[in-house]
Amino acid sequence: VSWRRFFRRGRWDAERAAELESYLQIEIDEQIARGLTADDARHAALRKLGNTTYIREEIYEMNTIGWFEWLQRDLRHGLRLLRLNPAFAAVALLSLTLGIGANTALFQLIDAVTLSALPLPSPEALVEVRIAPSAGGRSGSFRTRRPLITEPQWREVRAAGFSSFSGLAGWGVTTLDLSSGGESRIANAMWVSGEFFDTVGVRPAAGRLIGPADDVRGCGAPGVVLSHRFWQREYGGAADAVGRDIRLDGRPLPIVGVAAKSFFGLEVGRSFDVAVPICAQPLLQPQQAAIDQRSVWWLAIIGRLAPGVSTEEATAELEGRSAPIFAATVDPDYIKETAEGYLAFKLQAVEAWRGFSGLRTEYDEPLRLLLGIAGLVLLIACANLANLLLARATAREREIAVRLAIGASRRRIVSQLLAESLLLAGIGALAGFGLARVLSQALVALLASDGTPLYLAFETNWRVLGFTTALAITTCLVFGLVPAIRATRTSPETVMRAHGRGLTASRERFTLRRALVVGQMAVSLVLVAGSLLFARSFSRLAHVDAGFDPDPVLRVDLDLRPAGVQSDQLLTYYARVIERLRAVPGVVSASYADIIPMTGSGWNQRVVVDGERKDGTVYVNRVSPAYFETMQTPIVAGRDVSERDTVPTPAVAIVNDLFAEKYFGGGQVLGRRFQFAAGPNDTPVTYEVVGRVPNTKYYELREEFLPIVYLAAGQDTGPLPFQSVLLRASGEPGALRASVTSAMAEVHPSIRLTFAEYGEEVRNTLLRDRLMATLSGGFAILAIVLAAVGLYGLMAYTVARRRGEIGIRAALGATRGRIARMVARETGWLVAIGVVAGLGLTVLATRAASALLFDLSPSDPLSIAAAVVILASAAAVAVLAPTWRATRLSPVRALREE
Amino acid sequence: MPKKGRPPFDGELLQGTLDLLILKTLAIGPAHGHTIAHAIARGSDEVLQVEHGSLYPALHRIEDRGWIASFWGTSENNRRARYYRLTPAGRRQLAHQTSRWDALVTAINRIVRPASDGNV
Repeated sequence: VSWRRFFRRGRWDAERAAELESYLQIEIDEQIARGLTADDARHAALRKLGNTTYIREEIYEMNTIGWFEWLQRDLRHGLRLLRLNPAFAAVALLSLTLGIGANTALFQLIDAVTLSALPLPSPEALVEVRIAPSAGGRSGSFRTRRPLITEPQWREVRAAGFSSFSGLAGWGVTTLDLSSGGESRIANAMWVSGEFFDTVGVRPAAGRLIGPADDVRGCGAPGVVLSHRFWQREYGGAADAVGRDIRLDGRPLPIVGVAAKSFFGLEVGRSFDVAVPICAQPLLQPQQAAIDQRSVWWLAIIGRLAPGVSTEEATAELEGRSAPIFAATVDPDYIKETAEGYLAFKLQAVEAWRGFSGLRTEYDEPLRLLLGIAGLVLLIACANLANLLLARATAREREIAVRLAIGASRRRIVSQLLAESLLLAGIGALAGFGLARVLSQALVALLASDGTPLYLAFETNWRVLGFTTALAITTCLVFGLVPAIRATRTSPETVMRAHGRGLTASRERFTLRRALVVGQMAVSLVLVAGSLLFARSFSRLAHVDAGFDPDPVLRVDLDLRPAGVQSDQLLTYYARVIERLRAVPGVVSASYADIIPMTGSGWNQRVVVDGERKDGTVYVNRVSPAYFETMQTPIVAGRDVSERDTVPTPAVAIVNDLFAEKYFGGGQVLGRRFQFAAGPNDTPVTYEVVGRVPNTKYYELREEFLPIVYLAAGQDTGPLPFQSVLLRASGEPGALRASVTSAMAEVHPSIRLTFAEYGEEVRNTLLRDRLMATLSGGFAILAIVLAAVGLYGLMAYTVARRRGEIGIRAALGATRGRIARMVARETGWLVAIGVVAGLGLTVLATRAASALLFDLSPSDPLSIAAAVVILASAAAVAVLAPTWRATRLSPVRALREE
Repeated sequence: MPKKGRPPFDGELLQGTLDLLILKTLAIGPAHGHTIAHAIARGSDEVLQVEHGSLYPALHRIEDRGWIASFWGTSENNRRARYYRLTPAGRRQLAHQTSRWDALVTAINRIVRPASDGNV
């Protein structure tokens, strides 16, 4: 049967009807000609022709596609039924839309972050060339997010001419300032070698891209390439942007082109603004030598495998030829152990088709867990729908029985009932798909913070579409199939004989409905307990004593490079800057530090006490006077660093409690001395401990306290022209921005400033935990509402079904209290069974979350007990109305209805 | 899914025959359903009475295969009627079915009346 005929079957039918009508007329004419009366002629003609409807049907059937015709009819029928039950339709569609929407949104996020390939030609051939994991050997200064190799290493790798690759390119990331003094405007920049765009396979959207001729040693001010997004945002996509100059950190560089629209860089979740040849690094960052530096790690290598070469083959070639590369680039200043580790390095190739992402490692597990939670919520919603459909099937028992009795096949009726749930699932999936687009954007907004904007290109791809479709079909089968099959299982005569009052068969169906509600209770308990665990873990983290108070503190990153201050003048210059800032109204105290705790940077050393090298690492910071006052960390013994601690005076240090315990046995620490382990060419400085402070957090709130030592900023022999300043404010820290900007302009008009609210930054380190707590809490509320609706539905139905019985009891003198107790007992059993089952599930399920919990056992009794209480209260609220109705039942009316 | 439209076996044999009869009738010239039924009845000395219940589905099926084409015309007594005519494909089909029919009749006769072959 062809589809063309199928779609024209209606027209054909009309044609045939007309033809049969014309035949009738001709026949009548003939009969009249034979002498019959008009009436008799008509009857004779009709007799001769037979059943015209049957003829038409036979022809219609030749044209149609049976199952499709049925499906279409069933769907239309389902639609009519939905329109007749708007309350049912609303509840069903709302639960499905929420369930499918939440699942799709999470899946879309997981897809974008962890499953999608980079939008580049043959991404599967892209690999990262890097140093295989090893113990030690890497030392020095690590800059930016992917500090994998040094510039000398990159040059050696490029020169080696590996045959496994059709292209190799060096790249790195940094931030550059677009402003020319005052408050900074940050651009995300990417260092690229001349081979980069060719290797990854990007085409220009305008102008040309950076090529090997641009990236040559000592290139001065080479051309740069903009990202399409940045070009649109900053230049409105103007064609003449190419050829203009762009100021980066105050230096004008010519724009030579714009990269293709789809290219956002190699980091998923971020988008680059401008790509700059690696050779421009000395020009843009003259104070941070990186080119030719053997212990400055700031680049990474991306490669494209030559056709037919596998990642393993490439790794084999790289490993075999690693030794000379590292021999040629080892830093002569490395201490012996580090140098040995360095010379043993092996290069390897690692597949890179998905790009790189910090998000992936940080959010992979939470997102998967949330997807699981959302899946359970959907399951609860499905149970509600199944319950509703079961109730409706009971109501339609008679109708179905009659249809079965007059010859409808069971398959036909099941498929009709299924079509109805397919319709629900289909509409729910469509609406959920729409909702997911909004939700995933909201999720991205939740994940992003001021400091780290999140850029994700959501595409509607086959994975997301397939996921939603599979979800819709599964839900349809889960909530539709069982009720449909059950509905047709009852034999027609039982139903007919029972006069619509289902007895034996519907008791079985009733047990199923109870089981569904018990299941909902159990799953809800898991979700509520889980969300309480996350909430408690988050609250514990938020109340962890960091050892300092980040509120209200304004962090100001100063960049003095444009002011052209001489290196030997920097320390006095900083002292002047702090003095000036202290005078700004609203500033309580001001100080600066090399490492601002919990912002990602760190500095570690090994300690030598009395000539003996100690085990373990100590963490170092260099702070100006009043740093502890600004951070509100008390000095428990000795003194703060002061203005009198300068380079010529003996070097001083303040240690924290853990340092004191670990290296000085916890006794008197003031006056004790230590050194840092030094390389063969360094003379170690001896520090004298002059103060002791409590333990504070260094990298993050989750960590165990670390041994920390604070050095005096005034004794820094190599101060840098940029520094982070902390200002404790008397009020809202953001309000200080304007006065700080003008105060700094007085010191020097071209000083560059970047502001951040420090308290906010510290709280943002808990973004992941907050996300888990909020989302799992939201899902738990949804779950409990759905489960309560399910319980309410069941109990309301029970009471309605037992009207007669309750009426008789009331008539025989049962008090309202007795009747209420009867309903309560039934509810109590359901909840109790649900809770017991749920407890078992909870213990199993929460184990999956243990890695995400802070200082909390996954079977934390308080959380689980609270979850049981919450669930029981929700259940009590849900049965309030049915119980009340049961006690108000008028015995007379109930019995009359019997 | 039950195939309600499929007639029993002997009807099927008839069905192929009915197709042939319709094609043969239309080889003379275009005709409408009523005329076709009459022509077959008259041509067979009223032995073959075409059921209208079978005629129209058969017409539809043959038209669908492209052997005949239809158009609306005016009948002898000024009634609108749907006329059928043979297409070139239908003419080829008629030749084909006629020879198949001859072969079938010969074959059946050979079994049913072996004596009349004169081989004694």
